[in-house]
Amino acid sequence: MDKLHRLKEIPSQTAGPFLHIGCVPNQIGLNTFGGIDLGSVLLSKNTEGKRITLTGKVFDGKNMPIRDGMVEIWQADANGLYQTSDTKSDGSDLNFSGWGRSHCDFESGSWIFETIKPGPVMMNNGSWMAPHISFWIVARGVNLGLNTRMYFGDEHSLNEKDPLLQELKDTKRIRTLMARKITENFYEFNIYLQGENETIFFEI
Amino acid sequence: MDKSDMRSQGPLYPRDKTLHPKALTPDYKSSLFRSPKMALVPVNTTMSEISGPVFGPNILGEFDSDLTKNYCSAEQMAIGEQIIVHGKVFDENSKTIPNVLIEVWQANAGGRYRHFSDSYKAPLDPYFGGCGRCVTDQNGYYSFKTIRPGAYPWPNGGNNWRPSHIHFSIFGTSFAQRLITQMYFEGDPLIKLCPIANTIEDPASLNTLVAQLDMKRTIHMDARAYQFNIILRGRFSTIFENKMDGN
Ligand SMILES: [Fe+3]
Repeated sequence: MDKLHRLKEIPSQTAGPFLHIGCVPNQIGLNTFGGIDLGSVLLSKNTEGKRITLTGKVFDGKNMPIRDGMVEIWQADANGLYQTSDTKSDGSDLNFSGWGRSHCDFESGSWIFETIKPGPVMMNNGSWMAPHISFWIVARGVNLGLNTRMYFGDEHSLNEKDPLLQELKDTKRIRTLMARKITENFYEFNIYLQGENETIFFEI
Repeated sequence: MDKSDMRSQGPLYPRDKTLHPKALTPDYKSSLFRSPKMALVPVNTTMSEISGPVFGPNILGEFDSDLTKNYCSAEQMAIGEQIIVHGKVFDENSKTIPNVLIEVWQANAGGRYRHFSDSYKAPLDPYFGGCGRCVTDQNGYYSFKTIRPGAYPWPNGGNNWRPSHIHFSIFGTSFAQRLITQMYFEGDPLIKLCPIANTIEDPASLNTLVAQLDMKRTIHMDARAYQFNIILRGRFSTIFENKMDGN
């Protein structure tokens, strides 16, 4: 690697309380970008896989839901393949974007995604990751976006073999990564920024 | 860049945390109850982090990158000092990155946001929405036109004023490169007084967020220009088969 030309990443700053203007402008009545906010639709009629609704809140250290934050997700398709810039050659589902964005509701704090359950993802070494969804959380007061992963609480046998979950020896905190199945197609995943239920955030 | 090249790139360099603000920054009060207390857990990155959403210029509308024009009719124009903000997006290997989506939002010339929860008394500009976006071209270059945002006071327990700034949301080619930050303006005396800007402890790192007046790119009798180059995390250039996924 050519060390002479190494640059340094520019630093993060909080998204602040007005992130909606730039990220979900149609949610605050700006009626721009064709009326559809980027990341608000992951699916089309032809998307492969089992439809699920995924919802939750982001709680602060006072156990209050954050109502001015935003959550982004990134996930594999039903066959465990990611949309990439080279998607056409790797067989991933072209009817699935894999990326979603939802602001926290201004009153309830709930974010929500209509998506599909991802398949297990094969790693380069041939082992498998359990179905999971990557999360990125930004808000006023959050200086650097927070990364975590959501797993499906009902996938016991796949979760047991997941390499990342296996590495986390603190089993008590592992539960903070598990979405709760409410009904067959409905999962809840709450994120806690602080406190006894503090979610595991990853340095990725 | 050849598209297949992106796909085959390796994992990212570990993030240099000294460049970034800590989670808990007591002078910025909002961080008190929104900062994790436990250390981040380092993980070996996998395809889940190395891949990420990529957007091309096809998502853009005609006036998405002109904030002076995208909230008014053709004969109207946003009020304020007109500026061009431009630069290139690089990774830490000095390689320019095409197809980087950049979303921006900002206050108007008086320091007021078009947002229901902004209670600052400065007037709204009927011709200014404050929202724009652009995508880097094949040379990693981006530019947008806007008005210079005003400084504004904000509730933080004291006499705090935000320096003029533009909020940036930047997509690289991987989910681990995702970044939200703020761009400041060269010579603004409020930068060094700002608790949010000063969440960044390293002055050299903060300075990389300060756009420089660029007279060469000024549009005569129209707009001044500011240059702001964006550096995202770099990647190892080849996949290390055994290291990429850990164990
Ligand atoms: Fe701001």
